[in-house]
Amino acid sequence: MNRTLTRDQVLALAEHVEGAELNVHDIPKITNDYPQMTFADAYDIQWEIRRRKEARGNKTVGLKMGLTSWAKMAQMGVETPIYGFLSDYFSVPDGGVVDCAKLIHPKIEAEISVVTKAPLHGPGCHIGDVIAAIDYVIPTVEVIDSRYENFKFDLISVVADNASSTRYITGGQMANLEDVDLRTLGVVMEKNGEVVEVGAGAAVLGHPLSSVAMLANLLAERGEHIPAGTFIMTGGITAAVAVEPGDNVTVRYQGLGSVSARFV
Amino acid sequence: MNQELIHQLGDELYQAMQSREAVAPLTSRYDLTIDDAYQISLRMLERRLAAGERIIGKKIGLTSKAVQTMLGVNQPDFGYLTDAMVFSSGATMPISERLIQPKAEGEIAFILKKDLMGPGITNADVLAATECVIPCFEVVDSRIQDWKIKIQDTVADNASCGLFILGDNAVSPRQVDLVTCGMVVEKNGQQISTGAGAAALGSPVNCVAWLANTLGHFGIGLKAGEVILSGSLVPLEPVKAGDFMRVEIGGIGSASVRFT
Repeated sequence: MNRTLTRDQVLALAEHVEGAELNVHDIPKITNDYPQMTFADAYDIQWEIRRRKEARGNKTVGLKMGLTSWAKMAQMGVETPIYGFLSDYFSVPDGGVVDCAKLIHPKIEAEISVVTKAPLHGPGCHIGDVIAAIDYVIPTVEVIDSRYENFKFDLISVVADNASSTRYITGGQMANLEDVDLRTLGVVMEKNGEVVEVGAGAAVLGHPLSSVAMLANLLAERGEHIPAGTFIMTGGITAAVAVEPGDNVTVRYQGLGSVSARFV
Repeated sequence: MNQELIHQLGDELYQAMQSREAVAPLTSRYDLTIDDAYQISLRMLERRLAAGERIIGKKIGLTSKAVQTMLGVNQPDFGYLTDAMVFSSGATMPISERLIQPKAEGEIAFILKKDLMGPGITNADVLAATECVIPCFEVVDSRIQDWKIKIQDTVADNASCGLFILGDNAVSPRQVDLVTCGMVVEKNGQQISTGAGAAALGSPVNCVAWLANTLGHFGIGLKAGEVILSGSLVPLEPVKAGDFMRVEIGGIGSASVRFT
């Protein structure tokens, strides 16, 4: 894999980007100073941020996929989505409270998540492998928060920023894969009682489980895999919607109940 | 607007439909109210019925917030469906014979088993009166040049209704959540949009209740056996000869159409 950063630069950039998250301030995108940076460099930074959190005692509790809409990928001129990791303190209970004081400029997306019961290895992982490895499906609202000024970034910068991950809220209703059609499963996002976004699972790479196969294949590029028991957010079905203190959000999922949160 | 002018404009729109030659926006030539526009649409309908067409249902339009904002209105509109407009799923739709500037939209069609007479119709009444719901493509078309429509233009033009296709599966409203059911639309094999029931006024059921209550003010009811097109759940997609469109709705089924 093509890399341009030294180990010291990776460590320094990880500290810089994670510092923006922990201290709640925005920073210019890092490719301004390192225009030659590659995806491999960016994932090095992301994995270093993950290592830093784990060293501090935070458990990594799942993975997420981002940039999973064909339209958005075409717009950014790339052919694959990106991934990030979820740390234990990202989790917010259903009906819980998200403290905006700890976030820079949060937005929400409706997603379908899965939990695996068998490991998934790339390369060559396909949707059939994924179907066989799914334990259950669970609805999720993701809160994203780019650490970059005005959500202005390129893909390499956003990979280094852990794919803008910050919080997530899981619903209380699980389903077996054979009981739901993830492609046509509809979602309705309501903010303060008003419908703001609608969509169906197919908005995620044609099928949310395609996203999981791509995750396994992306991880394989670094010699990693998806272990059994992994919680995976497959990617946004709706456009990201900005939220602010006082907002109350509910997302309804066809056959999977609803997920809600309050922002203070 | 006097009766003579209403007749004249209704005839003009009917003629435009028959000849497939769009006309200048009525609103660019006359001052007309929405009530005038509905009167014009009834004249256009009268001409269709005189030519042997039969009313088989109604359609609701302007149900999405985006379209309402575009036209500067905060309510839907409606038009009539006739037997000359309906196609079965998988059918071939001849644009060159029937349409001017068509756009396809994915919808849920209701088939009623009881009459609904507004005002005072609730969502519960609509559900109780619904025999089944069916996936549907409505192919809207405008007899107004370049779709340069204001609300009065589209109302007068039978809510820009063109033709429609009913899918091959019917489901009882007891078996599907019409608010959250997801929609996936493909054009020529490529996915172009997704949506869900809530895109139409929060629920397709709300749309049918609105229609029953609105028509109730004119003493018109929705009839058992009628087809009601409840409004688009996705953005309108322009279509041309050679296009193939497919819509699938979670828990309901699919419909497809080929254009020639």
